[in-house]
Amino acid sequence: MQGIAFDIAHMLAGSLVLVSFMQLYQRRLLALLNVFALHAVVLSASVAWQAYIQDAPHLYITAVIALAFKAIVIPVALRRIVVKLGIHREIENVFGTGLVMLFGIGLVALSMVVMLRVTAEADPLAREDLAFALSVVLLGLLMMVTRRNAIGQVIGFMAMENGLVLAATGAKGMPLVVEISIAFSVLIAFIVIGIFLFRIRERFDTVDMQAMDRFRGERR
Amino acid sequence: MTVDALTGVLLIPALSAALLAALPGYRLTAWLNALAAGLTLATALSLFVVVPASGPYLLVDDLNKVFIVLTTFVAFTTSIFSASYIGHEIEIGRLKPPYVRFYHAMFQVLMFAMNLALVANNIGLMWVAIELATLTTVLMVGLYRTHEALEAAWKYFILGSVGIALALFGTILVYMAALPIAGEGLDAMVWTVLMTHAARFDPALLNVAFVFLLLGYGTKVGLVPLHAWLPDAHAEGPTPISAVLSGLLLNVALYALLRFKMLMALNPLAIAPGPLMVTMGLISVIFAALMLYRRRDIKRMFAYSSIEHMGIIVFAFGMGGPLANFAGLLHMTMHALTKSAIFFAVGHIAQVKGSQKIADIGGLTVTHPVLGWGLVAGVVAIAGLPPFGIFMSEFLVVTSTFGRAPWLALILVCGIIVALGALLMQLNRVAFGEPRGAAAPAQASYVPMFVHLALVFAGGVYLPPALVESFRNVAGLLG
Repeated sequence: MQGIAFDIAHMLAGSLVLVSFMQLYQRRLLALLNVFALHAVVLSASVAWQAYIQDAPHLYITAVIALAFKAIVIPVALRRIVVKLGIHREIENVFGTGLVMLFGIGLVALSMVVMLRVTAEADPLAREDLAFALSVVLLGLLMMVTRRNAIGQVIGFMAMENGLVLAATGAKGMPLVVEISIAFSVLIAFIVIGIFLFRIRERFDTVDMQAMDRFRGERR
Repeated sequence: MTVDALTGVLLIPALSAALLAALPGYRLTAWLNALAAGLTLATALSLFVVVPASGPYLLVDDLNKVFIVLTTFVAFTTSIFSASYIGHEIEIGRLKPPYVRFYHAMFQVLMFAMNLALVANNIGLMWVAIELATLTTVLMVGLYRTHEALEAAWKYFILGSVGIALALFGTILVYMAALPIAGEGLDAMVWTVLMTHAARFDPALLNVAFVFLLLGYGTKVGLVPLHAWLPDAHAEGPTPISAVLSGLLLNVALYALLRFKMLMALNPLAIAPGPLMVTMGLISVIFAALMLYRRRDIKRMFAYSSIEHMGIIVFAFGMGGPLANFAGLLHMTMHALTKSAIFFAVGHIAQVKGSQKIADIGGLTVTHPVLGWGLVAGVVAIAGLPPFGIFMSEFLVVTSTFGRAPWLALILVCGIIVALGALLMQLNRVAFGEPRGAAAPAQASYVPMFVHLALVFAGGVYLPPALVESFRNVAGLLG
């Protein structure tokens, strides 16, 4: 049982990293939103499995929150914004896809090297979970850096938060306070973002961040 | 739960935020805002008389008492300044009444978040509080809804969230390190428990955790190269928020960093956090000092000056030891007071001149003598010239370093002198010479600015023994 439990947890966390890679090369916003929803579903499954093997029922709540908010509510709302702004046909990428993927592989290797080395003493399950979680966080960060579009950056940020939830659930018995707060903070972050996107629309008629860079105070 | 001073500093801002969100009319809300901030300050001061018991969630000790009193004091004076500043903004139509209601409510939410971060006895709760403070200030920076304000808010939001995410990862790693010793659940996140067991934590895990925490909370402190959000956020938001950002929020993030540094110091096998902090501090000082020269926007310029001073403070705490810690604490206090006084002056100056561009401001000492000389006093103080308190604290930082690492002290002194040159040059353009820009009389509240300047002057001339005693205690705690 222990072996299978471990393997499934491993597989789910690994899938999360794979889906992170899938996000990196999506060039259309709607496709990116779909992949993000998949990301949230995998996270939810992973959290639920952790809840089962750790015998920690409160983690199911985190799993449900991840599924409801990140896999359904947020992608649907963002999709509406994207369609409303009429930017669902746009294709964007700052660097070449190949380069970004290579960079992503480098980041995953880095997080494996760092986390597996320092956590040699810790429980093997938590240890691998942490290494995967760091990969997801770094890949989310990479996505935020490579996307020009405000919505792309927001999705990168939320993918990063998914990595953090994975890390938090992997840490055995971490108090619920934190998990709920993470869920709430994502929600708050989303509200903030929603407001911003609408304001951006009002002022610029674009959500392309490069257009915004022109208004920087120092360049006048 | 009984209501004592500790819950008081949280309840008063939380309740007034709800009240201010509901009330119309800016005159009433502006003064209620000041009243609430004043009550919070009084409650914070009472912490020195009756010390409430610490629980698993809230904590009070010598270290955070100093921070709480400084935070609530600057918040109180800022709320008075804000009342006259916002009044003018409404008159010229830059702010609409519904936004003012929102602004005042957010001001109190920010106070709540900062106080919560300071009294939290739980690393998770502290993280939540700092995230809340970040989100609140993001909304306030974007208040004017101009191109620049939105870009600044967006940049701040993105960089701030990345920082806060890294800090959360660090927090989780600290929990993992504590797990085998402190046991599962709440205990492994409580500061007081962590401190007692820190010596037996896994050092490798703690090291990685500290790197994440330094990068995460360091973003909020504004350390170079993680500072990119800071000048934009200071320049484009309402000036009271610039004052609160520079004077308080940077300190709150620094407080988080100091707590984790204390934790690291208790573990003999973990890396010493000092050298990392010293390096980042020095880089910040040098970089910001050079950046001061070419600024064209007066608020951006003082934002870079804040980066420089946070660099000096982080440097001092990184050096460690009773004297350097004492100097760091003193510098932090003096910087918070001086920088907010400068922003009070700059806020009114930008209002009478109708611009923040240095090119549009000139001859202030002739056209607006009170504001002009107030700014002169503030800049002389922030540049580290005697007889003001920052001279004292910088002198202490430098002398305490000279004995232990002369080369580092030399680099630091270079940075301070370069910054001094830049500040005086810019001051000369703004305060003296041919008057430029509008000369309409200012409708300003000068009291907060002069109270701060008087305190900074007093700090440079005479430090009361009680204050020295309390700072010395805290410096000892910081190790």
